[in-house]
Amino acid sequence: MKLKTCLLTVLLAVVYVLHQDFWNWKEAYPLVFGFLPIGLAYQAGYSILAAAMMAVLVWAAWPKHLENVESEVQDSKGVRS
Amino acid sequence: MIPVVVVCIYLVIIGVIGSLAFRKSKANTEDFFLANRAVGSMVFFLSIFATNMTAFAILGSSGQAYRQGIGIYGLMASSSGFVIPLTIFFIGTRLWAIGKRFGHQTQVSFFRDRWECSAIGTVIFALSVAMLVPYMIISIMGGGRVLTDISGGRVVYPLGCAVVALVVTANVFFGGMRGTVWVNVFQTLLFLLFGAVAVAVISHSLPGSFGDYIQKIATNPKTRYLVTRERMPERYFWSYTLIPLSSIMFPHMAIMCFAARRITAFKRTVMLYPLAILAIWLPCVFLGVLGSQLEPGLKNPDGILLHLLTDHAPVWLAGILGAGIISAVMGSDTHQVLAVSTMFTKDVFAHYGGKAKYGERGSVHFARGFIVVVTLIAYVVALITPASIFELAVRFAFSGFAAMAPVMIAALFWKRSTKYGALASTLWVASWLLLTWYLQNISDASAPGPGKPPLLIFPALGHLFERTIVNVTVFGFLPVVPMVLGSAVCMIVVSLLTSPPSAETIAKYFPKQMSETPGQGADAESAIEQFAAKGR
Repeated sequence: MKLKTCLLTVLLAVVYVLHQDFWNWKEAYPLVFGFLPIGLAYQAGYSILAAAMMAVLVWAAWPKHLENVESEVQDSKGVRS
Repeated sequence: MIPVVVVCIYLVIIGVIGSLAFRKSKANTEDFFLANRAVGSMVFFLSIFATNMTAFAILGSSGQAYRQGIGIYGLMASSSGFVIPLTIFFIGTRLWAIGKRFGHQTQVSFFRDRWECSAIGTVIFALSVAMLVPYMIISIMGGGRVLTDISGGRVVYPLGCAVVALVVTANVFFGGMRGTVWVNVFQTLLFLLFGAVAVAVISHSLPGSFGDYIQKIATNPKTRYLVTRERMPERYFWSYTLIPLSSIMFPHMAIMCFAARRITAFKRTVMLYPLAILAIWLPCVFLGVLGSQLEPGLKNPDGILLHLLTDHAPVWLAGILGAGIISAVMGSDTHQVLAVSTMFTKDVFAHYGGKAKYGERGSVHFARGFIVVVTLIAYVVALITPASIFELAVRFAFSGFAAMAPVMIAALFWKRSTKYGALASTLWVASWLLLTWYLQNISDASAPGPGKPPLLIFPALGHLFERTIVNVTVFGFLPVVPMVLGSAVCMIVVSLLTSPPSAETIAKYFPKQMSETPGQGADAESAIEQFAAKGR
C-alpha cells in the first residue's frame, strides 16, 4: 500500500474515533460562547473537522482516472456514428 | 391566516418551476429520470442535500432534542456529516462513472449486469421498494401535519396531506428529475436559511440570554441530562455511526448520483455536506433544548419549533419559516416518488419487455401514470393507517439500507464478489428486519419508561436481546451493527464459495483504466461499444 493511502486511512480512522468524545459525556461546562454546552460545541466543531477531512480527501485522493469517463463515452459515440 | 397565505405562495412558486422544467423536457427516460445526466455542480449539491434532508432534520431533530437533549446532534448529525460525504466520495463517484459508461439508471440495473443475473436484481428491487415506500408515505403524513399546525388547524389533516401529495405529483409528473432538482435549489436555500433566521428571531424576542436558560437547565438535576449525554448509552451512540451508510443505498440518493453532468460536481458536494448539516441541525437541536424550558410539557415535542415561532416570530416570518419546513418535507418526497417511479419503469416495466414493446416514449408515459397511481395510493394509506406503523418501518429502513452497503461496496470494488454473495447478504438483511419487527412487537407492552434500564426480552438468552424505551438492542448495540457486519460476512464467505462472473463482465467493470492510470481506456471503450451494440 502506498504511503499516501496509509496516511489517509489512518487520518480517516482518527477522525472517525474522534466522534466518540467519551470525555464530554457527562459534562455540560464550559459553555462555549457563553451558551453552547461543551458536548454540543465539540460535535459542531467535529462537523467542521469532517468538512476539512473531506477537503483533504478531494485534494489527495480524488479519483482522477474517472474524469476520463466522459471523454471515453463521447469518443465511443463518435466511433459508432 | 398569514402563514397559510405565505405557504400557498410558496407552493405556487414550486408549481411554476415544475412547469418551466416541463417545457424543456424530452420524451425519453434518460431525460425524464436523470435530467439527461446534465445536472451542474452547485445544483447537484443543493439537490442531493435536499434529497437526504427530510422534515425530520428540522422538526424531528428539535423534537428529539426536546426529549433527549444535545446528544441528538452527535448521534445523528455529526456522524452523518462524516459518513455520508465519505460514501458520496467513494461510492457516488463510481456509480456516476458506471452510469455514464453503461447507461445504468438504477442500482438494480447495475447489480443485474454486474453479476449477470436478473433474479438478484429483482430480489434487491423488492427489498428496496418495501423499505422506500413507507418513507414516501410518512413524508406525505409529515407534510399534512405541518400544514395543519402552521394554519392553526384551519387546514385539516386530510387536506394538508392532499395538498402536499398534489404539489409533489404535479412537480414530478411534469418536470421529472429536471423539475425536481430545480425546485430543490429553491427549497434547499430556503431551509438552509431557516435555522439561522429562527435562532436570531427567537433570541431577539426572549427576555433573558441563551446562556441564562442553558445555565438553568444545567444546574437543575431534573433537566441536566438535556445538556449532557448521561442518559445516552455509549454503545447506542457508536451504533448510530453505521446508520448513515444507508444514505447512498436509498434509491433516490443513488439515482441522483447518476444525474451529475461531470464527476467534478461531487467535489463541492463532499466538502460542503458536513457544513450544510451543521447549518440546519445545530440551531434546531439547540432550539429544541431551549424549548424544553420555554414551552415545557408539550405532548408532541416535534411541534416545538412551530410553537416557538408562533410565540416569538412575526406572523409573516413564521409563514416563511413554515415554508422552509414544508421545503424539507417536499424536497425529499419528490425524489422518493421519482425514485419509485424510475425503479418500476426501468427495473420492472422496461426489464420485462415493456420498453421493447412500447419504446422510450411509452416508458415515459408509463412512468407518469405510475407517479399518479403511487401517490394516490400513498395518500389513501396515509389517511387510514396510524403514523406509528410507518415511523417504525422507516427506522427499520435506515438499518436495512445501511446493511445493504456491503453489497454495493462489493459490486464496485471487489472483482471476486458473486450473485450468491449478494443474495446471501440480501436475505440476511431481510431476515433481520423481520426478526427486529417481531422483537419490537412482542416487547412493546413491556418497554421501560424514560430513565429506566433496558429489559431482557428473553431472560434465558441474557443480554442478547434487550428492549429500551424505543428500540430493540443486541448486547446493547442497535440491530444495525449485526446487520451490517453479518451482511459483509455473508458477502465475503458466500462469494468465495461460489463462481465469480465471467471474465468478460469483470473486464467490463474493472478495466485497466480503472487502475488509476489515465489514458489506458481500451478495455473500457470496448466494453462501452459492446454495450451500445446490444442496445440499452
